[in-house]
Amino acid sequence: MIVQTLTFCLLAAVTLASGVMVISARNPVHSVLFLILAFFNSAGLFVLMGAEFLAMIMVIVYVGAVAVLFLFVVMMLDINFVELRQGFLQYLPIGGLVGLIMLVELLLVLGGWAIRPPAGVVAAAEPAVAGVSNTEALGSLLYTRYVYLFQAAGMVLLVAMIGAIVLTLRTRAGVRKQSISRQVSRRRDEAVEVKEVAPGSGI
Amino acid sequence: MEVALGHYLTVAAILFTLGIFGIFLNRKNVIVILMSIELMLLAVNINLVAFSTHLGDLTGQVFAMFVLTVAAAEAAIGLAILVVYFRNRGTIAVEAVNMMKG
Repeated sequence: MIVQTLTFCLLAAVTLASGVMVISARNPVHSVLFLILAFFNSAGLFVLMGAEFLAMIMVIVYVGAVAVLFLFVVMMLDINFVELRQGFLQYLPIGGLVGLIMLVELLLVLGGWAIRPPAGVVAAAEPAVAGVSNTEALGSLLYTRYVYLFQAAGMVLLVAMIGAIVLTLRTRAGVRKQSISRQVSRRRDEAVEVKEVAPGSGI
Repeated sequence: MEVALGHYLTVAAILFTLGIFGIFLNRKNVIVILMSIELMLLAVNINLVAFSTHLGDLTGQVFAMFVLTVAAAEAAIGLAILVVYFRNRGTIAVEAVNMMKG
C-alpha cells in the first residue's frame, strides 16, 4: 500500500511539474518534451488505476504520434519565438486570476462532494468482469456495444487525415516530376525523326 | 494514506487549470495553445478513467479512448492549419488571424 501511495505521489508530482513547464518554458521544443514527460507519467497513473490498455494507448498515440507531430512542426517552422514571448507578463494577472478561480471552484467541488462507495450508487452499465484482463474486457465492449461509435471514430480519423493532407499539399511550379501516363503514351514517331543524309554532306 | 478517487480527481483538476492558464499565458503562440488544449484533454481522460475504475464501469474507459481519438484528429488538423498559416504569413502570431477573411 505504501509503495502504491509513493508511486502515485511521484507520478502526480512529475505530471503536474511538467504541466507547469509546458506552459512556461521559454523554448517550445522544451515545451513539447515536457508534454511528452507529462503523458508518460499520466500513463503511469493509468496503470496505477488499473487501466493498462489505455495507458499503453496513451504512450503510443500521444507520445508516439501527437507529441512527435508537435515536435516536427515546431522544428520545421522557422519562427521567431522571442517575438511571440512579448506580452507574456502582461497576460499573467488576468490569466492567473481566471486560473485561480477555476482551481478554487474545482477543489471546492471536490472537497464538498462526498464520493459514495461504489456499491449501491448506480448499477454499473458495463461492470468489470473479474478474471478477465482489462484489454479483453474493453475489446469485448468496444466491438459489440460501441461498434458504431468505433466506426465513427475511424471516420473522424480518416477525415482528419485527408483534411491534413489537403491543407498542407501544395503544387509548386517548376518542379520536375515523373508523369507515367505521358511516358507510356509516347509514340515512336513523336520521339524519333528519320532524316535522309546525302553522302558527303552534313545535316 | 490510501490513494482514493479524490486524489486522482485533484490531479486532474490541477492539470485542467494549468491548461486554461497556459491558454491565457501564451496568447500569441498557437503551438503552446494547442499543447494546453492537449493538457486539458489529458485531465478529462484522467477524470474519466478514475471514475471508471472506481465505479467498476468500463464505459468510462471506452469514452476516454474516443476522447483520445478526437484529440489526435484535432492535433493533426490544428497543426496542418498552422503550417498553412505560417506559409502564407511567415508568422504564427494569433492576433493577425482575423485578417484571414475568406
